Amino acid sequence: MRAMVYRGPYRVRVQEKDRPTIEHPNDAIVRVTRAAICGSDLHLYHGMMPDTRVGMTFGHEFIGVVDEVGSSVRNLKPGDRVMVPFNVYCGSCYFCARGLFSNCHNVNPNATAVGGIYGYSHTCGGYDGGQAEFVRVPFADVGPSPIPEWMDDDDAVLLTDALATGYFGAQLGDIVEGDVVVVFGAGPVGLFAAKSAWLMGAGRVIVVDHLDYRLEKAASFAHAETCNFAEYDDIVVHLKKITDHLGADVVIDAVGAEADGNFLQHVTATKLKLQGGSPVALNWAIDSVRKGGTISVMGAYGPMFSAVKFGDALNKGLTLRMNQCPVKRQWPRLFEHIRNGYLKPSDIVTHRIPLEHVAEAYHIFSAKLDGCIKPIIVPNAA
Amino acid sequence: MPYTPDKPKLAESTDELRARIPGWGADLDPRDRPSVPKERFDPGLNGAHWEFPQRQPEKWPREMSIEHEFLTPVFGTSCPPRGLSGVIRRYSYRTYSEARAAHWLLLLAADRVDAVESTLRSMLTRHPDNPVTETGVLSEFTHHGLSSRLRGKRVDRVHHPLDPVVVAAPWVLAGGVAYLAARRVVRRRRG
Ligand SMILES: NC(=O)c1ccc[n+]([C@@H]2O[C@H](COP(=O)([O-])OP(=O)(O)OC[C@H]3O[C@@H](n4cnc5c(N)ncnc54)[C@H](O)[C@@H]3O)[C@@H](O)[C@H]2O)c1
Ligand SMILES: [Zn+2]
Ligand SMILES: [Zn+2]
Repeated sequence: MRAMVYRGPYRVRVQEKDRPTIEHPNDAIVRVTRAAICGSDLHLYHGMMPDTRVGMTFGHEFIGVVDEVGSSVRNLKPGDRVMVPFNVYCGSCYFCARGLFSNCHNVNPNATAVGGIYGYSHTCGGYDGGQAEFVRVPFADVGPSPIPEWMDDDDAVLLTDALATGYFGAQLGDIVEGDVVVVFGAGPVGLFAAKSAWLMGAGRVIVVDHLDYRLEKAASFAHAETCNFAEYDDIVVHLKKITDHLGADVVIDAVGAEADGNFLQHVTATKLKLQGGSPVALNWAIDSVRKGGTISVMGAYGPMFSAVKFGDALNKGLTLRMNQCPVKRQWPRLFEHIRNGYLKPSDIVTHRIPLEHVAEAYHIFSAKLDGCIKPIIVPNAA
Repeated sequence: MPYTPDKPKLAESTDELRARIPGWGADLDPRDRPSVPKERFDPGLNGAHWEFPQRQPEKWPREMSIEHEFLTPVFGTSCPPRGLSGVIRRYSYRTYSEARAAHWLLLLAADRVDAVESTLRSMLTRHPDNPVTETGVLSEFTHHGLSSRLRGKRVDRVHHPLDPVVVAAPWVLAGGVAYLAARRVVRRRRG
């Protein structure tokens, strides 16, 4: 089969690879019809995530058609159109039994601190991902769901990560009616978090980024006020000024490990790999939220330490909430919101690119060229 | 104003928000949201028809965190460790827990070694690494590279020049290794 393969920092290619096989009785093999590139993939692509091996196929945001099932699979059969959450999880461990699907303990031998994620380095379990013609899907009775008849393929693929994560991010903010919500990052996760904040009753939503074309999307798609941090000497002071010097009630970090805005932080984290991630946005969040407020961290950071302003978080009495998104827990409600027309996730898709051109897709998304917000990879046979 | 008790008034009323934003307030009740409460015990909920999953066969000694009691029943089989990078990875897993910086720094070092090894190895195949096609850099010409970078006030412009340095590193290193090896061979022949 044809598959995207990692070759080293900033380098990927498409090559022939063995078709995945059933390795466990509850496995399924899925023929991929759409796979998105996520901001998280950029952390791998830039060589930031420890134990990212040359030869791995990335891709944790995908949908497809069941091609083959293992002997113990009951809920799926070949031919079913399925959407697959980015979490690999068993459904039965201590954590899964409590709904913490992203923290499963039975799927990742390489680390106990993180669960399983498709195509996301060996630190997240060493699973090949969905930017390929076929992918192995473990625990087929647990994760994947049939795509509802009425649902659009592009909406379905975004439900497997970006939309679920943005919505989850807004929830972890514990937003109550009338809250002022600031979202750092106008990528797919930030846009969906901003949009979801309104559903939870936010009174004001302000999105911060430095890419004007994304901020324009935040205004049109997510009905948000916007703020380009490059235009201010000190974005924290500006945010204080526009929130009556109180600060926001809730801040969502939808930026993560490669945050810009401070050269030293950015370069030590992303180029020199001396910290787990560049906590520029997280530190801005800590300083711009009001005392007693809540920060929801959706941005991903590596497993090493990062230079976070912990003292301010303590002194301000903040609540910090975070996790990888337990995707499937969000689905029933999100299906409703899409049906009701409250959410139209595919509105943020800017590029549809054939699998054969995956290297260009990564470059465009990584360098933020051509107005790129969300690229979707379409395998040849799809 | 934080200096007095009341919360500042919002510019828009609830009715105005509801009229402007489709779905505003649909999830207003904080207790009625999908991830609330955070932990909800319900083992029957998730489609699992086992208490502990069957074990996937271990086809090679699978490296694992020493914080695990045993090998997890299911695991990925994407890229078995090999070469010098494999030796470093195995050592790191065997020796250090996730709590130790040495664990992650060794794994990151192994990743760098892997890139160099793999680039060298690819030279011996019919499909050698090609930095031009693999970086997708030609999309700069087809997808408005320059104008996208120059538009607005992007702050990332300052470090864009570092990207090619990161890309070139394995070639420079691989070239260096190849040069030293060749020099040795030549010297030995002469000597
Ligand atoms: N927790 C989860 O389950 C989960 C799931 C998906 C993605 N993520 C993470 O969420 C983050 C965002 O993902 P994405 O797909 O939207 O990525 P993206 O790269 O498209 O978006 C990130 C945005 O942040 C902006 N940015 C950079 N520095 C900033 C700063 N200091 N302040 C404000 N904005 C800044 C960038 O310009 C960019 O628009 C990533 O770290 C990703 O790994 C987490
Ligand atoms: Zn993701
Ligand atoms: Zn589990």
